[in-house]
Amino acid sequence: MDRIVLIGLNHKTAPVEIRERFNIVCVDSKGPLSDLARLPSLRESFYLSTCNRMEVLFTTPRLDEGISAVVGLLAGIYGQTGAALKPYLYTYIDQDAVKHLFRVACSLDSMVVGEPQILGQIKDAYRQATEVKASGVILNRLLHKSFSVAKRVRTETRIGSSAVSISYAAVELAKKIFGELQGKIALLIGAGEMAELAAEHLLTNGVERIVVANRTLERALALARRFNGSTVPWEEFAEELRKIDIIISSTGSPEPILTSEQVRKRMRARRNRPLFFIDIAVPRDIDPDVNHIDNVYLYNIDDLQGIVEINRAERIKEAGRAEHIIAGEALKFDAWLRTLEVVPTIVSLREKAEEIREAEVHKTLSQLDSLSGGEIEAIHVLTQSVVSKLLHDPILFLKRISTRSRKDFYLDVARKLFHLDEDQPETEEGEDQLSLDSDKAS
Amino acid sequence: MNESLFLFSIVTTLLYSVGTVGYLIYVVRTELIIHRVAYAFLLAGFLSHSLGLALLVSQIRQMPVTTLPQTFSLFAWAIVGSYLAFQLKFNIRVLGTFVSPLAVIFMILSSAIPGRIIPTSQLFKSFWLTLHVTTIFIGNAIFALAFCAGIMYLLQERQIKTKSFGLLYRRLPSLETLDSINYVCLTFGFPLITIGLISGFVYAGAVLRSFWHWDPKEILAVITWLIYAVLLHERLAVGWRGRRAAIMAIIGFTVILVTFVGASLILKGHHGFRFG
Repeated sequence: MDRIVLIGLNHKTAPVEIRERFNIVCVDSKGPLSDLARLPSLRESFYLSTCNRMEVLFTTPRLDEGISAVVGLLAGIYGQTGAALKPYLYTYIDQDAVKHLFRVACSLDSMVVGEPQILGQIKDAYRQATEVKASGVILNRLLHKSFSVAKRVRTETRIGSSAVSISYAAVELAKKIFGELQGKIALLIGAGEMAELAAEHLLTNGVERIVVANRTLERALALARRFNGSTVPWEEFAEELRKIDIIISSTGSPEPILTSEQVRKRMRARRNRPLFFIDIAVPRDIDPDVNHIDNVYLYNIDDLQGIVEINRAERIKEAGRAEHIIAGEALKFDAWLRTLEVVPTIVSLREKAEEIREAEVHKTLSQLDSLSGGEIEAIHVLTQSVVSKLLHDPILFLKRISTRSRKDFYLDVARKLFHLDEDQPETEEGEDQLSLDSDKAS
Repeated sequence: MNESLFLFSIVTTLLYSVGTVGYLIYVVRTELIIHRVAYAFLLAGFLSHSLGLALLVSQIRQMPVTTLPQTFSLFAWAIVGSYLAFQLKFNIRVLGTFVSPLAVIFMILSSAIPGRIIPTSQLFKSFWLTLHVTTIFIGNAIFALAFCAGIMYLLQERQIKTKSFGLLYRRLPSLETLDSINYVCLTFGFPLITIGLISGFVYAGAVLRSFWHWDPKEILAVITWLIYAVLLHERLAVGWRGRRAAIMAIIGFTVILVTFVGASLILKGHHGFRFG
């Protein structure tokens, strides 16, 4: 029976100099996927490479040979010997490989636990694997399973539900205030990486448009172009409070640029529709008293940072629940895998029985030439039903054995009992250890 | 009074209680299946409640508001019915967590308070009275939803304003959603209680020969109507919303409760109930 093996490295086991090596190599091509598929000791393979990890997943009938072949191939990419690469690699086998893949897909193994991109990356990698037909029955099932486990973890735990960056935290708050962001207008005052990121996230989350105010017109125009928005004169941005809903402020001004009074007197004109201020500037741009006005909400950088910290802690807590789900799903997959193990034995058992039946029926019929077509048919039906009834219980028995060691044992017994492996000489009971490894046909 | 009626009321109360417990668990666990079960129990309770009320009406042949227990029971029924309809239309699941305990409280009050059926009187058989009772009960039940949404709004806004996020922050919907519940309830509830008041006056004028009796319940009802009228006006004219609208909805429903419970229990008048 084939073994499932996963060899890989990630941000915990390998420094960036090594990780980027793998990333560069496979950026333009399908990577070593086709090379993997050509390795004779591998049956199915799958290759994943992101900035933070590289994973090779494969099935092989010959465990040691498969592992050393893959490590050799990876060392070739790295331009080193296998021994030099080995300290950075982890190797998981069977159940552990399954679990590791599930953990990666669920983003439990990510640098930022719960980040959602990894699942998409796995899906892309899987598509490539199917294009070159590198994956087969087992890996197809395993990868599809990993997608559904990731989905389950996402819906049943809150691993990915809380924002762990300042700009996402701001978007989440905006959603708790406004519900839908469709039709809302955001004003970006000043510039800066974090502010621009927040503006970008607001846009992708439905905000209708971005208005830009900046002391220097060139900067304002450049930002407006980037966000496909418009500009307002710096002196008049306070007037915009009548129309806009969200203000992201990030200027270098040493003094607050907006007082509580300026906001308060414009609330009536906006019919008290909520206003959300995101003050990323240090020192702060917006008068803190603004938060005391009805329907006005003000968050500064420390407030947002506080949310991020809480969310990080919560993700780690939720990861425990996710691990529990993964353990259960890995067991289920293993159970499916075990039903697969008995298939070849059952097939050859049926084939052998059918061969015998046909030969015997043929022998008998050649002696009875006075039979009508209907009678011949009846003999066929009779013999078929004898065979299938006789095989029914042993097959059911094989399918139902649940533990691996017992299964290997009984499969071996069954193959010997029915003498299914023609190439093997019949051996004396004593000298043949009913071994647990690779002498079974698959 | 009657064993099957009693049985219906017990079963209904139990179903509502299980539903409420489900809704409370839902707040903690937020799993859809829990909400579905809780909703199903509430729905089952509502059906059993409806059957019980139908049986009662078939026996007394008038609106089931002749005793205080009946009134409470009918109010619980209206609250649950409004919520079930609201949930179907707007799908704000966590609202159930706030509404269902109200229904249970009224059911328990209904069975805890002694009530005596007064002999059927012609007073309770009239189109105007039926209209009065129906619209007032449904209107008040809708305001109960607005009351719950108001409490939810204040809880949620407090968390956002003070930047301290508790268990409820994630569970509660956005401020905008909660505020729109307030508005939707107002636009449905206000016309209903307006019709309710008018039909009440028409009925009183016809039966009691005078529109206005300085009955405490009448006075409180008009005050309630004024509160909601002000809220609706300010919403439409000035754009009142958010916290103020939530507080008004809470005050309004508090006055309804005083009108409904207080005035019936303590005060005398033709809206009052006599006890055994």
